[in-house]
Amino acid sequence: MKKKLFSLLLVCILVITSLVGCGSDGDKEVVKQKTDDQDVVTQTTDDQEVVTQTAKEQGKVLNIYCWNTEFQDRFEYFKKSGKLPEDVVVNFIVTPNENNAYQNALDAALLNQESASADDKIDIFLVEADYALKYVNTDYTLDVVNDIGLSEADLSQQYQYTKDIVTNGNGVQKGVTWQATPGLFAYRRSIAKDILGTDDPAEVQKALADWTKFNEVADQASAKGYKMLSGYDDSYRTFANNISAPWVTNDVITVDANLMKWVDQTKSFTDKGYNNKTSLWAPEWSADQGPDGKVFGFFYSTWGINFTLLGNALETSKDEGGKEEVGNGIYGDYAVCYGPESYYWGGTWICAAAGTDNASLIKDIMYVMTCDAAVLKQITVDTQDYTNNQAAMNELAAGDFKSDFLGGQNHIKLFAESATKIDMSNISPYDQGLTEEFQKAFKDYFDGNVDKDTALSNFYNAAIEKYPNLKK
Amino acid sequence: MKRKTKYVNYTKWGYIFLIPFFITYIVFSLIPLISTIYNSFFENYMSGLTQIGPKFIGFDNYSSIFFKSELPVYLKNTFVIWMMGFIPQIIFSLLLAAWFTDLKLKLKCTGFFKTVFYMPNIIMASAFSMLFFTMFSDAGPVNNLLNSMGLPTYRFLAEVAGTRGLIAFMNYLMWFGNTTIILMAAIMGIDTSLFEAAQIDGANSWQTYKKITMPLIKPILAYVLITSLIGGIQMFDVPQILTNGNGNPNRTSMTAIMYLNKHLYSKNYGMAGALSVILFIVTCILSFFVFRYITKDRFAEKVMKRKRGDSCEN
Amino acid sequence: MKTRKKHEKLMLNSQRGFAYIVLVIISILCLFSFYILIINTTRSHPDIQKGFSLLPGKSFMNNLKNLLANKQLPVLTGLVNSFFVSTCSALLATYFSAMTAFAIHIYDFKFKKYAFAFILMVMMIPSQVTALGFIKLVRDMNLMNSFIPLTIPSIAAPIVFFFMKQYMSSVLPIDMVEAARIDGAHEFRIFNQIVLPIMKPAMAVQIIFTFVASWNNYFIPALLLNKSNKKTLPILIAQLRSADFLKFDMGQVYMLIALAVLPVVIVYLFLSKSIVRGITLGSVKG
Repeated sequence: MKKKLFSLLLVCILVITSLVGCGSDGDKEVVKQKTDDQDVVTQTTDDQEVVTQTAKEQGKVLNIYCWNTEFQDRFEYFKKSGKLPEDVVVNFIVTPNENNAYQNALDAALLNQESASADDKIDIFLVEADYALKYVNTDYTLDVVNDIGLSEADLSQQYQYTKDIVTNGNGVQKGVTWQATPGLFAYRRSIAKDILGTDDPAEVQKALADWTKFNEVADQASAKGYKMLSGYDDSYRTFANNISAPWVTNDVITVDANLMKWVDQTKSFTDKGYNNKTSLWAPEWSADQGPDGKVFGFFYSTWGINFTLLGNALETSKDEGGKEEVGNGIYGDYAVCYGPESYYWGGTWICAAAGTDNASLIKDIMYVMTCDAAVLKQITVDTQDYTNNQAAMNELAAGDFKSDFLGGQNHIKLFAESATKIDMSNISPYDQGLTEEFQKAFKDYFDGNVDKDTALSNFYNAAIEKYPNLKK
Repeated sequence: MKRKTKYVNYTKWGYIFLIPFFITYIVFSLIPLISTIYNSFFENYMSGLTQIGPKFIGFDNYSSIFFKSELPVYLKNTFVIWMMGFIPQIIFSLLLAAWFTDLKLKLKCTGFFKTVFYMPNIIMASAFSMLFFTMFSDAGPVNNLLNSMGLPTYRFLAEVAGTRGLIAFMNYLMWFGNTTIILMAAIMGIDTSLFEAAQIDGANSWQTYKKITMPLIKPILAYVLITSLIGGIQMFDVPQILTNGNGNPNRTSMTAIMYLNKHLYSKNYGMAGALSVILFIVTCILSFFVFRYITKDRFAEKVMKRKRGDSCEN
Repeated sequence: MKTRKKHEKLMLNSQRGFAYIVLVIISILCLFSFYILIINTTRSHPDIQKGFSLLPGKSFMNNLKNLLANKQLPVLTGLVNSFFVSTCSALLATYFSAMTAFAIHIYDFKFKKYAFAFILMVMMIPSQVTALGFIKLVRDMNLMNSFIPLTIPSIAAPIVFFFMKQYMSSVLPIDMVEAARIDGAHEFRIFNQIVLPIMKPAMAVQIIFTFVASWNNYFIPALLLNKSNKKTLPILIAQLRSADFLKFDMGQVYMLIALAVLPVVIVYLFLSKSIVRGITLGSVKG
């Protein structure tokens, strides 16, 4: 009997140890973290309370949810400011954007925020204009003025549209950004000379001032053996930002007439061979921006110049010892102009998550990275990114700032004018998901696999699969 | 008396040794299955950060799957792609198994070939499809090769035949080695005296193959067919990663499980539940055949152990 | 008679030649993608973009270094996670399946028939159809981003069980167990010290199969793991496919695929003989 009991015990122990053995990786960490001293704050749910409590005791782990490395690179400027306490660990939790993966991961984490241990809680998360409202309209985001402690004066130099995007119905601003992102058309100077006889941004702009003219230039480009655009989605944003109504009103999806204009233009470009049939961000698309590319230009935005275009333009990449200078690939061969319609693309907003134990650190980050004119000016000078401080930008626009990469152009001047014109009134929380599905569905149409109606009905199907609450 | 207690003891041990399996199975498979079925009767999803439902709606999810969704289309896609892979798979496997076991042919290096043929099966399907995606992209190695031979670029992933073909081809590569080895075992299990007798009677390879081998391996062929079909229904990793979850072009390569994944992904539990139940029923029906096969004419018994020719008549 | 033999020999030779040609072509089909993979791990991104090459480049170390330094792809963590999960599930699956097979094979009890039939019946049900309930369960148990739901369920692995049962029927006579009983060995000890050693060949094969299956598993982990320090390799690879900003360096992409694929291939090449034998024994597709 004893023996039997003993062996039964053995079985149990075996089962349990194997359970524990396999679970240890996750559990131990949690246990360890919980023994740390700052879980005092864990259970507080009231925002106001968190702030007052954390003012005394700050967490040692800063969790930042984001979808790519851009913010991580910009964060270096905050580190340089010396305001990051040495003992704070910064975790960047990166989930790629596509197919709502980022939003899903973020949603799951936010819903879990209350029960998560202090060091697992989200402190900062980044959002894009395309779905900012989804978070801004909830209590998961903190008020940057009353909760975080930025003053109206701190925020005064930010472009109005950047504040509108993250302001909820009650006029409470829930996020800040370091950049303003007016759209642009980046073209190859050498190709412009060949087609239009000039590479001067003002002259090129005249030639591309509206869509009819744009299409004419496309004809000329094609005649000389160039492609006007690289892929299907290149001009999408230009049309999509000039829609007359939001994507979704009262749970009903509206496909705006302007979007169908994009469809028709892209179809005709594709059939005539005016584009290279690539997709945004695909290797072929990137290659088109490089030395061997035969594409006239790309619809881009401020950040794209530095974040992607520059790297793609080099013959020998930086990793391999190439220098960012004229002579390496087509460095210096690009220039930018407005293009046929004004638009914006991208931009990243910093939101503070309710329940954070790092409020005062977040205030420092927000201040240094979005309000401090000197830092923002420095970012622009270093990276040619367009930053969110009107005074600093106007100063650069008026001065002799020039970009070697853009052949000596002062593109800041261009942006300083267009950034004030951006109108964000037609955004909805569904923009990102619907845009993605719309582009995917019509790719089949451009490829010649389906007709327009089928593409449209495929779009509706996919949209409703993604957002079950929406209707056709 | 003593004997009896001992017997009882042993019986107990039978149950005790079954405990881990059944507890785990009940917790991690049976309860999820029941909860899946339960969920299929509710409207239950996330809209942004807000939970909608759960609200009991009876068979509404099922009716919207049957009458509104395109599940039949995706089932058909799955079936078509499976067939495109299975037909070459079974043809090549039969041929290779016949060659490998042919006593007259005496092929060398069969060990090497078997190793190579089975290799694609152990490859991570996601890595394999990522590899194929890069290789067959518009400017990838394969199109480079085509261009250098003077052929135009073929946009594999923008064409129905190209995409389905690639998925089927990968399925074929991943499974034909496995099938070959199973069929070989079946053929080698056949009594050699049968072949010898045929040889004496002057039958050639093809006649031997048709009259003796084929009829004897019929059951194992049926087994391969059904298990492959069940595997086919589960087709997910390859098309998912190759088409990035879209089943492009025009959703012609969207499989049933990819469709399920879409609903799981958008946390639409009601629809996902109903879909799961339908797929569950389909696999159950197919599984029944496998079950019959395993319990009635077991591979091991029927083909390998029976050394007598009497099963010839079957 | 002689001419007939000659003719036959000629036929046989040409048939053999044909067979070898087909075999070589299929082998090339199987190996071509691996070859490209390995070649491309040694080439730099611009080099890869320029086109197809059959010759290796010199950037192998550079690609590896860049990949390991990539902040976006926790490759090392992914490798460790994958290895941990796969090892645990392989060991659990084989040990407990052998135990279940032992129970069904050796003991005689009332529900034995039903238990056996039940396991065979559920054998082919794919995990996908219960995925929804599984995720809900895992969420309720607060085990998201934990490895427990990826490892413990392998205790109940019907396919592995079936294989073990088949093997046990051919190697383990009941007399052996009875002899051990007479020697006073306890049931649990009989299983661990007598049965398991006999089952070693089958266990080895199944450890490899279950390891590979778990190593390659994508569907369930992708639904359960979203923290970057918990992600397994297949998720990282899927991430490559969907995250365009990661494609700036194709050298790294190929390197990651190679890291995911090659360990298994190497193990396979060492053990290919017993694996190939194992397929026949189990003869069930997983």
